[in-house]
Amino acid sequence: MQSKSIALTILDVVSIILLAISTYLALFFAPTELIMGQVQRVFYFHIGTAWVGLLGFVLAAISGVIYLITKDMKWDRFEVAAVEVSTMFFFITIVLGSIWARPAWNTWWTWDPRLTTAAVTELIYIAYFMLRQGIDDPEKRARFGAVYTILGGVSAPITFMVIRLFRTIHPVIIGAANANQEKMSMTGDMKVAFFFALFAFTVIFIDLMWHRIRLGNLEEKVEQLKLKVSM
Amino acid sequence: MEITPDTSSYMIAGFVVTFVTMGIYIASLYIRNRNLLQDVETLESMQTEKPKSAKK
Repeated sequence: MQSKSIALTILDVVSIILLAISTYLALFFAPTELIMGQVQRVFYFHIGTAWVGLLGFVLAAISGVIYLITKDMKWDRFEVAAVEVSTMFFFITIVLGSIWARPAWNTWWTWDPRLTTAAVTELIYIAYFMLRQGIDDPEKRARFGAVYTILGGVSAPITFMVIRLFRTIHPVIIGAANANQEKMSMTGDMKVAFFFALFAFTVIFIDLMWHRIRLGNLEEKVEQLKLKVSM
Repeated sequence: MEITPDTSSYMIAGFVVTFVTMGIYIASLYIRNRNLLQDVETLESMQTEKPKSAKK
């Protein structure tokens, strides 16, 4: 049986503290944005979850490549963990974006290039679990999953870059915007809340990934025990 | 002078969605982990019982 390591317990506590501080900074420390009002405060979590969401999809593609080279199942478990945690975070990103869009754009949803690519990315990774569910053989499942995440991984940089390449109403936060695009400017306190949220969600992402990998190891152990008992 | 709109309800909805989604995910991790530990326990006891019944 796997016992929870002290390092993981510490990481759990640190994650909770960082989330609490990040919430405080977003809700009370950062000033109220004059045009959008209080709803702008969800932006800090929107970016934080988007960052770890896309990071996980890229990590899943990298672990897919490593699995195909090494055929080591631990990389398959890493890949599943990355996709699962990122899909959850990216779901939050999309919902927060929609909530922000209602008062800002007067609509919950519009088929803007950024929103469309984000929705397609999320659907690609939901379909990843459906694909895995349909394959019984663990090695075949891992191989198909690896190829799928490599192909799906392309959607992450596309989603990130799309607001820089096409005409879009989505504001650009990082990097230079085109002359036609709206670039969000932040005060010093807003930048503190913004960068702290990025850091906090990165730590929370690592913590949840670790838990999910442990769960994957346990699933593997159950599979092996089932085989032994059935023999 | 432009008046800042009251968008507090949207802000609250956003934070509620974030915490509820993360809470559900963490609960799912906990439940799956607990169920798998029970499976390990059951399968290990079946495995130890198996050689005994084979001897009989």
